[in-house]
Amino acid sequence: MGRAVGTSVRRMDGDDKVTGAAKYVDDLSFPDMLFGATIRSTISCGEIVNTHIGLPPEFVVADHRDIPGANHVALIDPDQPCLAEGPIRHYAEPVLLVAHADRRALFGVEARIRFDYRERTPNYDPERSDTCFKQIAIDKGDLARGFGDADTVIEGEYRTGHQEQLYIEPNGVIAVPGDGQITVYGSLQCPYYVHKALVVVTGLAPARVRVVQAETGGGFGGKEEYPSMLACHAAILAIKSGRPVKMIYDRVEDLLATTKRHPSVVRHRTGVTRDGRMTAMDIDVVMDGGGYATLSAVVLSRGVIHAAGPYRCDHLRIRGRAMMTNTPPNGAFRGFGAPQTQFAIEAHIDRMAGALGLDPLRLREINALRPGDTTATGQTLGKDASALPVLREAVKRSGYKQKRRAWQGTNRGIGLSLFFHGSGFTGAGEVKLASKASLELTATGARILVASTEIGQGTRTMLAQIVADAMALPYSSIEVHAADTDAVPDSGPTVASRTCMIVGKLLERCARDLRRKLGKLTPAEYFTRHGAVVVTAQYEPPPGQVWDDQRYAGDAYGSYAWGCNVVELEVDPVTFEITPTHVTAVAEIGRAIHPVMAEGQIQGGTAQGIGYALLEEVVMRDGRMANAQLTNYIIPTPMDAPLIDVAMIERPYAHGPFGAKGVGEMPIDGPAPAVVNALRHCGFDVRAIPATPERLMAGKLKVEELAVESFS
Amino acid sequence: MPAGASALSLARPRTLKAALALLAEDPELMPIAGCTDVFVGLHFGTSGQRRFIDLWGLDELRGIALVRPEPSEAPVLRIGALATYTDIIASALVRRRLPMLVAAAREIGGAQIQNRGTLGGNVANASPAGDTLPVLAAANARIVLRSAGAERRVAMGEYYTGYRTSVRQAHELITAVEIPPVAGRQWWRKVGTRKAQAISKIMMAGVRGPVVRIAIGSVAPTVVVADKTARCLSAGGTLAEAQALLGDEITPIDDVRSTREYRHQVAQNLLAQFWRETE
Ligand SMILES: Cc1cc2nc3c(=O)[nH]c(=O)nc-3n(C[C@H](O)[C@H](O)[C@H](O)COP(=O)(O)OP(=O)(O)OC[C@H]3O[C@@H](n4cnc5c(N)ncnc54)[C@H](O)[C@@H]3O)c2cc1C
Repeated sequence: MGRAVGTSVRRMDGDDKVTGAAKYVDDLSFPDMLFGATIRSTISCGEIVNTHIGLPPEFVVADHRDIPGANHVALIDPDQPCLAEGPIRHYAEPVLLVAHADRRALFGVEARIRFDYRERTPNYDPERSDTCFKQIAIDKGDLARGFGDADTVIEGEYRTGHQEQLYIEPNGVIAVPGDGQITVYGSLQCPYYVHKALVVVTGLAPARVRVVQAETGGGFGGKEEYPSMLACHAAILAIKSGRPVKMIYDRVEDLLATTKRHPSVVRHRTGVTRDGRMTAMDIDVVMDGGGYATLSAVVLSRGVIHAAGPYRCDHLRIRGRAMMTNTPPNGAFRGFGAPQTQFAIEAHIDRMAGALGLDPLRLREINALRPGDTTATGQTLGKDASALPVLREAVKRSGYKQKRRAWQGTNRGIGLSLFFHGSGFTGAGEVKLASKASLELTATGARILVASTEIGQGTRTMLAQIVADAMALPYSSIEVHAADTDAVPDSGPTVASRTCMIVGKLLERCARDLRRKLGKLTPAEYFTRHGAVVVTAQYEPPPGQVWDDQRYAGDAYGSYAWGCNVVELEVDPVTFEITPTHVTAVAEIGRAIHPVMAEGQIQGGTAQGIGYALLEEVVMRDGRMANAQLTNYIIPTPMDAPLIDVAMIERPYAHGPFGAKGVGEMPIDGPAPAVVNALRHCGFDVRAIPATPERLMAGKLKVEELAVESFS
Repeated sequence: MPAGASALSLARPRTLKAALALLAEDPELMPIAGCTDVFVGLHFGTSGQRRFIDLWGLDELRGIALVRPEPSEAPVLRIGALATYTDIIASALVRRRLPMLVAAAREIGGAQIQNRGTLGGNVANASPAGDTLPVLAAANARIVLRSAGAERRVAMGEYYTGYRTSVRQAHELITAVEIPPVAGRQWWRKVGTRKAQAISKIMMAGVRGPVVRIAIGSVAPTVVVADKTARCLSAGGTLAEAQALLGDEITPIDDVRSTREYRHQVAQNLLAQFWRETE
């Protein structure tokens, strides 16, 4: 066994993508198809009192009264209308839909529709908001006692900004109406989320709604919840016109209207002994949810659970809240709250080390979680808890200690970050999802039936490798069915670093089951005798895994992946420009099913994290993104991305397929704090990202201050 | 929202004479050279322009050569308006006479933009962030303007009249840029929002010779020729004195790319770097 897993087999979708044969949603067309556009609010807060539409009759126009079912986007809370009925909570809120047979007729159509508003004063500050989407409290031990045991208490406030997912392919869907039914093709991560939303908005029975994923050009979380909204819009127009409707956002609309990473403010108060043991952690997390709840509750959840970082501390209190502001809703983005809170703790650790006169590496070694330790939620870690192994490997590979000494007092800096990331849904999430995966015997092998999507990360290839080895069949004999809700079971959303660990495991079980059925027969022999056969597996939690949602305590995740980044950089004293020159990224991910793709995830996540740290700034003016074009929303080019040296450590997780855990999100948790810590090493006090040259200029530490930081 | 292509018209004259005749008749026509700026305006719907005249075929506007506009004058470097950044980078003549222009050209856009974008387009577009503008200003370049009836030359320092406005009349085309010999060491630095494919937050061109010349972009509505600063340095003033003067010669603002404070501080730092590196 083990011919495909652990080798970098040829990507299943590679040839079609390279040759242009792969069909993305804008490549698809249907007879009589119309093109749709969205007319959006131009204020951030208030009410629409009148609508003036100056369009000839060949335009199809729809508003909330054209919604056959209920007017909300089904997700967690039913607070977000699919089309605004009057009240407006944010700029670019969808109000009307317009469709026309000629795509060009829609250019500038928004200028022919005018709304009269009654405006109210918007609030853009999450800390001044009176609407809380979600509050979470985590308590462990006795905080007062923990502070009592401390020699010093160190405080700090850390801020992170919005970040855009910036998939290359913008959001897009096509809705095709039928006889009392509807089919939606789209660029999306979660077919069954879209399905659920369509059932609510169309009022159709679930069996009359079908969602098919088109080839998807990237998601990063940005196509987790938003496609539900867009699919409903296209469906409303399709139902009203009786014709297929295609809606494709251009980059500006995609940047202005769709979700971003939640901005955050995190405050730390940490009790620590003279020799560097953390005795008490008091953490306050505020996230800016934007205008509607969307996924804020669960983003906050992952955020607070990771807020103490990969450290042990017996006495801690974490408080988190996601607040409403009058800005477009924030939502899922690779890392899902954890990059924000781990930025804070990792920047805080270096400041504490400075105050204690300890090397930040030493402080991390003293406090890092080890097997048998408990996390903030009281989860006891297994043998695969790898904080120290990744830390040691990264320090060794990068020459951290020597460079740290040699570069002291220069404009070169080196900094590190230690982090972890829970794989799969939080808490009882996987149990509630109760995902299913199926495997169908074919004449030549097997076909995978899951709703887990290929969005560039290699889902199809990786799942086929697992099935191939579990069935002892060649990789080439495994097919993957399109993610089509009429044909595949709900294996859950393609999010939360869960596809390999959770869905891969379900398929491994299916494969073993099918192999048992085959006995000594080949697939062809069995198929000839018995015809097609389908086996299905449903999620069951690993034995002993418990979660208490009331107390927010217990086993928050099946397992964690572990990472350490060492960032080396240079600051230009003339322009304050920061050049990251090298990143060492060590990751412990259980098992790399496909080493090249796993490394690709780490390379890509690290580069995206460097962008988050240094370049990517959503400039908000009056609740509206002022730099909604790629000219001014700056992501790293290859010339901005440093050399990234990736090392993977494998400590198998007993309940993952072939030992695998999740890898997709973790790489983006580490770069930002490592960058800021390297900047601190060159004398810059930065506690907010992106650390643009403008911010850096303002944050230059005075010499005296530096001295205090390192010798007190 | 992009403008629909069906609403646009394009004239494609074969000679400069024909082009100028068309413009004389209809000054509403907008010239397009490489179209790299025009396209962006159309795509974002910020350009109301609908009728265009394509200059790309006018080979008379290409070419880079040493010419003597007046028999009495020293030869000047003449760069045709349609010269692309790639042409400029490849030209041994420009490398020898005006290396700071080559340095600027190398940092403009990516390969695609360098192949299409033209010097004339950069000048005519009149953006304060146009990268070649400080170079041309520091080099004391002249812009050659031609209409059906006449030709005139305007010094770079007098070409711009305000934010995105210039002395060019609608019926005139830029045919070339002429650069007299530059005496002294040339220096260039662009500070963009990232390492490539970036609009400048600030950029400076300097010439250190018997006469010092300094020009800065992205710090005012038009490119700034920092005459007072340069004169101070030419006359042997200290760097600190020059930096103080420079602070008064620029009027940067906050925008989506940077801040006023940053541009002020970095302008002074760049001046110091220029002075240090050209010693
Ligand atoms: C991705 C990208 C990156 C870019 N990067 C940079 C950069 O780094 N630095 C920078 O400075 N610019 C940059 N630009 C802007 C642009 O490429 C340059 O300004 C270029 O020089 C414009 O030349 P063009 O020939 O394409 O001009 P066009 O777009 O054809 O024309 C621009 C303007 O000039 C007028 N015009 C053009 N030629 C003439 C003429 N001969 N006579 C009279 N009027 C004329 C046109 O009417 C129009 O108003 C970038 C653009 C893009 C799209």
